[in-house]
Amino acid sequence: ICRLKVIWDLIGNKSFCSYKVKTKTQQFCRNEYNITGLCNRSSCPLANSQYATVREEKGLCYLYMKVIERAAFPARMWEKVKLDRNYAKALEQIDENLIYWPRFIRHKCKQRLTKITQYLIRIRKLTLKRQRKLVPLSRKVERREKRREEKALIAAQLENAIEKELLDRLKQGTYGDIYNFPIHAFDKAMEKQEEETESEEEEEEDEEESGTREFVAEDEFEESDLSDFEDMNNLKGSSDEEEDAEDQSSEEEETEEELEEEKTKAKSKGKTPLKGPIRKKRAYVEIEYEQETEPAQKSKAT
Amino acid sequence: KKKGKTKKLKQKIKPDEAPVQEMEQAEIEVTENKSESGACFPPTFSVSEIKNKQRRHAMFLKLKEEKRKQKLELKKKKKKERKALGDQAPPKEVPKTIENQRIYDETTVNPEDEEVAFDEGTDEFSAYFNRLTNPKVLITTSDRPRGRTVRFCEQLATMIPHAHVYYRRGLALKRVIPQCISRGFTYLMVINEDRKVPNGLVLCHLPDGPTAHFKVSSVRLRKEMKRRGKDPTEHVPEVILNNFTTRLGHSIGRMFAALFPHDPQFVGRQVATFHNQRDFIFFRFHRYIFKNEKKVGIQELGPRFTLKLRSLQKGTFDSKFGEYEWVHKRHEMDSSRRKFHL
Repeated sequence: ICRLKVIWDLIGNKSFCSYKVKTKTQQFCRNEYNITGLCNRSSCPLANSQYATVREEKGLCYLYMKVIERAAFPARMWEKVKLDRNYAKALEQIDENLIYWPRFIRHKCKQRLTKITQYLIRIRKLTLKRQRKLVPLSRKVERREKRREEKALIAAQLENAIEKELLDRLKQGTYGDIYNFPIHAFDKAMEKQEEETESEEEEEEDEEESGTREFVAEDEFEESDLSDFEDMNNLKGSSDEEEDAEDQSSEEEETEEELEEEKTKAKSKGKTPLKGPIRKKRAYVEIEYEQETEPAQKSKAT
Repeated sequence: KKKGKTKKLKQKIKPDEAPVQEMEQAEIEVTENKSESGACFPPTFSVSEIKNKQRRHAMFLKLKEEKRKQKLELKKKKKKERKALGDQAPPKEVPKTIENQRIYDETTVNPEDEEVAFDEGTDEFSAYFNRLTNPKVLITTSDRPRGRTVRFCEQLATMIPHAHVYYRRGLALKRVIPQCISRGFTYLMVINEDRKVPNGLVLCHLPDGPTAHFKVSSVRLRKEMKRRGKDPTEHVPEVILNNFTTRLGHSIGRMFAALFPHDPQFVGRQVATFHNQRDFIFFRFHRYIFKNEKKVGIQELGPRFTLKLRSLQKGTFDSKFGEYEWVHKRHEMDSSRRKFHL
């Protein structure tokens, strides 16, 4: 009885073949000597006594042949022939080795050789191009870095740092004459010095110039009402700058104090009151604004 | 004993009636009987030994409250002492921060250091700082960039004057670099992308300058930023470099400074900030306005991102044969939480 027919009956259809992989539409053969990779009567290396394949090892193609004469010697069953690197010559070699073999096997061997040479060429081309190196990330490290970055961001206080740096640059004068502020800085410095020695000067004034009239504001005097009066003061005090400065500083001081009181009353209702020095500066600044730099206030970029 | 009993009663009020309760009550009773007063526990007792969750929680809360009270008392006492001493009070203690506790790095630059000044006069950036060259930046990405990376590149190009974005068509960097040099570029910036998000930056100073490789994180594009201003104008921005203290930090800082042209146009009122904090470099781009000599308002425009230096290599980009000046080695350098390198 035909041995191969029996074999195929069993492994192909009825019984089990360990190389067979079944999918919904097709059956594949996992046997390494299989020429097409499908599970067919003509492609099964177990069910065919005369069989040939082309396989590739380390970039070289080999032709494997199995004949019925060596069926009893499993160790020597497959004959391995090294094929030439040249594709055309390799095809000729296949033809020469598989002469008088069935058409199917010859054809399939050549097809397989073609495919193999194509993918070998592609491999060689890709290795010449730049290859993407995958660097594994450690999840623990990434999480740690992320956390440290957040903490560093909080510690950096970027806005404050940038503002400080910009103000320092303004003070140093890197901006030159673009902004008019530096003049006020000098004025402020001068007036601060005068505030320190003010008490002495006031006493001197009283001693020297008794009988002069000074216009002093009321207790609940609103600073906003000052606008007209201030201009008048400026006009008057053109002759003696120092006296004017002193007058202004004393007036401003008084209005500052009043404003401070008002502000404390106002602020104590709702929000937290500002700290002392900032409040003072604010009052000071508002006076300046009303004098000169109103347009700058409006041009604030939002 | 009475106190112990009242405590037991309190605990009984809790709505759990498992029979296990009695066993534990017995335990607690025993331990409480051992103690001298109801409030203090013997040293072997710990809150975690109580099996019942609600009771354990109650005990824990009590413990916490006691601790808090003690702390408050301590504070009050200290305050009183301080008041009493008046002027002679010891100076207020400064809280420890990571910046305070930072391990002193021996390569920290002293502002008057002559050697550093000499080095900086003769290094690769001296040409820029002596105003011999003007910066010209080429921005590109890794292969096949996704939309986010492309937009990030575009925004970078708007911020950095004289910057050009080119699409990378699978070109090898080593071949790109000679072409860039021949066309007069001073910087090559390659933004590496992974999973549709930019995550790396290679900054290469061109006429054989150093190459720095950074890890990029938390990129915010312009449209994702809240309360931002209008697009940046073509004016040359100012540059702020904060906190670059060590030699390495100095060289990186100079690298960043050389990206921008020398003379900032103050009319534009734009400022680009590179702020180093604990080895993370935060980049921000703002527009500022001086309200008066004591107050300045800043408004953020432009993208923001953080960088972390991974390696600094002498010479242009050459990952195989390059000579690395500094490489971040995790096991050596990340072992201490108080040691920073920039």
